[in-house]
Amino acid sequence: MKGRPPLRPLGAVLGLGILLGAPWILPGWLLFLLTLALAKGLVVLGIVLLMWGGLVSFGHGLYFAAGAYTVAFLYRFLGVREAAVGILGAVLVSGVLAGVVGLFLSRYRAIFFGMLSVAFSMILYAFLLKFYFVTGGTDGLRVPIPSIAGFEPPARDIRTVYYFLNLGFACLGLFVAHRLSGSPLGYLMRAIRDNEVRVEYMGASVRRTVYAVYLLSGVLGGLGGALVAFNVGHVAPDLAYWTTSGEFVFVAILGGTGGVGAPFVASAVFELVRNYAIKLSPYTWQLGLGAVLLLIIFFYPEGLWGLYEAIRSRLSAWPKSSSKR
Amino acid sequence: MAEVILETVDLARQFAGLWAVAGVSVKIGAGEVVGIVGPNGSGKTTFLNLVTGYLKPSRGRVLYRGRDITGLGPRRVTRLGVARSFQIPQLYIGMTVLESMLVGLAVRDGEELKFWGRLKRPDRVREAREVLDRFGLGRLSELKVSALGGGERKLLDVALAFALGPELLLLDEPTSGVSTSERYGVMDTILGAVGNGRTAVVFIEHDLEVVRRYARRVLVFSEGRVVADGPPDEALSARGTGP
Repeated sequence: MKGRPPLRPLGAVLGLGILLGAPWILPGWLLFLLTLALAKGLVVLGIVLLMWGGLVSFGHGLYFAAGAYTVAFLYRFLGVREAAVGILGAVLVSGVLAGVVGLFLSRYRAIFFGMLSVAFSMILYAFLLKFYFVTGGTDGLRVPIPSIAGFEPPARDIRTVYYFLNLGFACLGLFVAHRLSGSPLGYLMRAIRDNEVRVEYMGASVRRTVYAVYLLSGVLGGLGGALVAFNVGHVAPDLAYWTTSGEFVFVAILGGTGGVGAPFVASAVFELVRNYAIKLSPYTWQLGLGAVLLLIIFFYPEGLWGLYEAIRSRLSAWPKSSSKR
Repeated sequence: MAEVILETVDLARQFAGLWAVAGVSVKIGAGEVVGIVGPNGSGKTTFLNLVTGYLKPSRGRVLYRGRDITGLGPRRVTRLGVARSFQIPQLYIGMTVLESMLVGLAVRDGEELKFWGRLKRPDRVREAREVLDRFGLGRLSELKVSALGGGERKLLDVALAFALGPELLLLDEPTSGVSTSERYGVMDTILGAVGNGRTAVVFIEHDLEVVRRYARRVLVFSEGRVVADGPPDEALSARGTGP
């Protein structure tokens, strides 16, 4: 061990330094992409929690849209511009929604779980599209610049304020997911993926376990939706459309399920790749995205986190192996 | 017989017109070690599935400590104190041996929905290692379950059931897939670990020598019925004993 560089603390300090200094290092457009990636990373994190149990939700657009529209409705109907109220409202609404939908979905597995989750999100999509007088239909609704704990951020600093707001919630999401991963519930979720029969014969309820994690997953989806609504300043029915949900699953696979940080890393990579793909090839950018995903799945089936782990283990082994020669 | 903990009354199950179990009435006493033998298709595993709630009976009742548990699901039956192992071990392939055991202990302690505490709490890890040691699996605790051999998987399957602290342990062919030379070792380990005099053990077994050696009482199944019930030598000399 002696002489080996302390890679983890070094990497953590470097990463934290970059994240905290980002508003002063990165150009505005890149900071906006990173802010979006942090918010969407929360939704992807929710999907990854379900993936621990072998469940893939193709309908998390439901919670994403519910969170975003809660913020928009609070402004439109109650004139609420306070971010804390909007976020709390989004968390409550998505939590209640996940509580109801989860009662039904926790009975199903595999493709049935995936397809039924799509069905629920498409019901919300149809509602948002057709109830024009409430939702603004395809035009969507405007979300104004919020006040944050009563403080009105100046226009020139708004990107920085949004960034730190999103970073704060991303860190909170990471912390919660990290605690969950080492908890009995987190392990039980992974046990369900491996063997539901044994879980039941240990005296645990598979349904209750899936339900509990689904609830948390839905709340993360709603939180991400609220943050995106503030960042973008506009909400539209597309947030609930199945392609949006599919995009979250895409990012979850891109990142892998190995670590709780993977969804955020993958989300940032996804936003960057999409941005450049659109710039380079505006009409066939999906082709570029698909190619990137194929390459990652082919070479690193465990996603970007698998790639990170491989690099880390090689770097950790390097001084040891070189000293043997 | 000691205090009766399990009683089945005319228990029966039909599959597409065929009676897999056709009216089994037995009583199992506390601390008894009972072997079940019988040819393939005689209803042995179906009987265990009916008792543990994996299948619902077409007819009859299951009483556990005098309480009617007929139709209760596996989770609720397990919670009452009935644990089982399987012919094909049901394990958490992606976890380590220790993690598998820790999950079982957390569930036993009613902490399965706890999302803030740690699974690998020092006292729980200590207890998990103790259970694994009793089954000779302590040295393998950090290994992935997928890396275990057949006999080790069987032992872990039983250990996971035993860790729940059951009063009735049902073992479905604990030595199947284990080499002949290892069978006695597996049974010695299981009964040595369980042998507390309080836990009743009911095991299905094809190897009649294993049954003779370890069972104090034998139920012989044939065509869904118990055709002999008694001490090993007596029951095994009755009709229909060929596996």
